[in-house]
Amino acid sequence: MHDKIQKLIIAQIEEINEQLEFKVPIELGIDAPLFGGNNGILNSISLVTLIVAVEQSIEDEFETAIILADEKAMSQKNSPFLTIGSLVDYIVHLLNEDNDND
Amino acid sequence: MTSTQVMLITGTRKGIGKFLADYYVNKDFRVIGCSRNPIDYKLANYHHFCLDVCNEKKVKQMFAEIRKTAGRLDVLINNAGIASMNHVLLTPVKTVRQILNTNVLGTFLFCREAAKLMQLNKYGRIVNFSTVATPLKLEGEAIYAASKAAILSLTEVLSKELADFGITVNSVGPTPVKTDLIRSVPKEKIDRLLAMQAISRFGTFDDIANVINFFIKKESDFVTGQNIYLGGV
Repeated sequence: MHDKIQKLIIAQIEEINEQLEFKVPIELGIDAPLFGGNNGILNSISLVTLIVAVEQSIEDEFETAIILADEKAMSQKNSPFLTIGSLVDYIVHLLNEDNDND
Repeated sequence: MTSTQVMLITGTRKGIGKFLADYYVNKDFRVIGCSRNPIDYKLANYHHFCLDVCNEKKVKQMFAEIRKTAGRLDVLINNAGIASMNHVLLTPVKTVRQILNTNVLGTFLFCREAAKLMQLNKYGRIVNFSTVATPLKLEGEAIYAASKAAILSLTEVLSKELADFGITVNSVGPTPVKTDLIRSVPKEKIDRLLAMQAISRFGTFDDIANVINFFIKKESDFVTGQNIYLGGV
């Protein structure tokens, strides 16, 4: 599942990168920085665009609606939006949680 | 992108929402509506969802379906709303929660999810519903007026947050219109209220549609964060 989600995220970043002056270095794979921390690439608008695009592709691929920017995500000490890897882990966690609740 | 615009209207089972669904279908919009209970009418180019506007899961499912079937959303009319006439000392907490949930949470939820769809085309028009009960400080309508005051703030702040996505957010504040919403309000009270307006008459559905038409025009892309009260309030 990790690989599938990583590919979904990278596909969305590739589209967003086209509009960015400083692009997310997707060649770094899971270590590519996204938002926050010392190396964050995305500004708040491009982060919002990425979150929405990823939510929609997760909906399409897994037929389930997740909300990436919820209180848990925003209050986590280590933001899930720091890198591609942290975002992948967070989505896997949300999807597992969703399955447990069904 | 085809030229048929897709419009979502909340609270279309009756009253203003039902009128607007019919009105905009006739203006060649593809209209999607929703209400808690099923509707008793049929319209071409109209699709209905049964849901509670504050049920996040159901609302998200509906938007996912709109994205898959229509692929776009151009206009959102946040019409769904409830009111309750009561003195503050006689207002149950349950009523307060219901009003805030439908009027504030529901409007917020639809704005959020609609904006996610609208930003795909970098275009969107959101029209929320305020009320003259807020500026007129109507006694007996504390929670309703407060919930709609929240809509004014929401509209103003969202207009700034969504401007970069090509989305405008405005609100229309109707005077009393002859619908179920004011059915339980005593006649003397309505008469006093109408007397407080610059133009002392009931509002009509067409008065509301006229303001919405202005807000959702493509040419109104420089008009956002605004509220228009009807009747000169």
